[in-house]
Amino acid sequence: MTALANIFLRDMRLSVRLGGGALIGVLFFLIVVTLMPFAIGPDLALLARIGPAILWLGALLASLLALDRLIAADYEDGSLDLILMARVPLELSLASKALAHWLTTGLPLVIAAPLLGLLLNLDPTATGAVALTLLAGTPALTFIGLIGASLTVALRRGGLLIAVLVLPLAVPVLIFGVAASNAAIVGPVPFGTPFTILCALTLMSAVVGPFAAAAALRHGLE
Amino acid sequence: MPLIDLANPTRFLTLASRALPWLTIATLAAFAVGIGLIASAPDDYQQGATVKIMFIHVPAAWLAMGCWSVMSIAALGTLVWRHPLADVAGKAAAPLGAAFTAMCLITGMLWGRPMWGTYWVWDGRLTSVLVLFLMYLGVLALWRTVEDPARAGRAAAVLTLVGAINLPIIKFSVDWWATLHQPASVLRLGGPAIHASLLTPLLVMALAFLLLFLTLHLAAMRNEIMRRRIRAMLVREAESAAQ
Repeated sequence: MTALANIFLRDMRLSVRLGGGALIGVLFFLIVVTLMPFAIGPDLALLARIGPAILWLGALLASLLALDRLIAADYEDGSLDLILMARVPLELSLASKALAHWLTTGLPLVIAAPLLGLLLNLDPTATGAVALTLLAGTPALTFIGLIGASLTVALRRGGLLIAVLVLPLAVPVLIFGVAASNAAIVGPVPFGTPFTILCALTLMSAVVGPFAAAAALRHGLE
Repeated sequence: MPLIDLANPTRFLTLASRALPWLTIATLAAFAVGIGLIASAPDDYQQGATVKIMFIHVPAAWLAMGCWSVMSIAALGTLVWRHPLADVAGKAAAPLGAAFTAMCLITGMLWGRPMWGTYWVWDGRLTSVLVLFLMYLGVLALWRTVEDPARAGRAAAVLTLVGAINLPIIKFSVDWWATLHQPASVLRLGGPAIHASLLTPLLVMALAFLLLFLTLHLAAMRNEIMRRRIRAMLVREAESAAQ
């Protein structure tokens, strides 16, 4: 237990300190959302209608950014070997790494989303719905990303490949995240139906992600 | 013959080279019969001659999903049973699956233009097949990026199994969208909804496509074993030259 807590605290500390780049994702999120009105025009009614989709897309892309450092940094400095050899199950170590990663890169996106909702002319209900779906859905993105990061850890050009591998797997999360946000705004489906499925996707990826990532690391680094 | 006997690549190569000519002949014969049946099949009363696109589209769609199943079984063979030929089978199936998926998408688009009035709609069925295509390309990209074949095989196996969980979810999630593509009409409760004059050529074509897949898969596996032998020889040569 202390080992897991130590991994968690170490990853938290590394990402908030100088060079960790925890807030670059939020900055990227802000830029993506700002670019949208330039591309589709400052039509406030249209922006309000597609706002949830823009926020979800921005969050999805921003969560991809930090993935290539999630495991590769530990691989380069050798601490991944220690984690692999430790008596703590690799699955749990990876899960605590993913948790720390989500708290430092996913949660800031969720907190930033209501502010960006103002730029997109979202009303308070819509803003709340998007923030809630992001809170429930971004952990799934991190756990799916964990698989991609583990598969590409020892590759020289892993960063691009992660996006190609992870984005198709993230399609259901995106569909149900946007569906739940839209259900809260315009209906006709009640908000709870897609939202509970989104939560189910998150719980499922929290199980599948660490196991698949651990399998990829064990088989890939021997 | 138990599957473990095929673990010896040399024995597998012997078997493959014995089976390939017969499979090729059977494939050509099935295609000849199938195309003959298609030529004599009646046009649909609504769709006219475009209904004949279905005879390629539907078998390609079945194989697009079938190839991922083959890859998933091969992935289990790699990770669980450590069967030496499992990752060869998985690697050989991936480009075939991508090609069948592309064929399914392209024929569907050609049919959709006159029938639906558009090449593409963001319908549930179409979208999930497109995501399947992207996932095939992801597996191919992973195979091409990792240099060592054994390591690439294990990475691709993990990705294939995660994809196998993900595909039904995508299928289910996009069905929430309004759909234009017709539901299943051959494999359904209460028997096929297609008239026998169209169903017979369809099933013959499905058999022909299946034989085509088996032939190409066996040939691709044989090529992959040869390619690995050449690679091993080159590595050995480079090592002896360096000393």
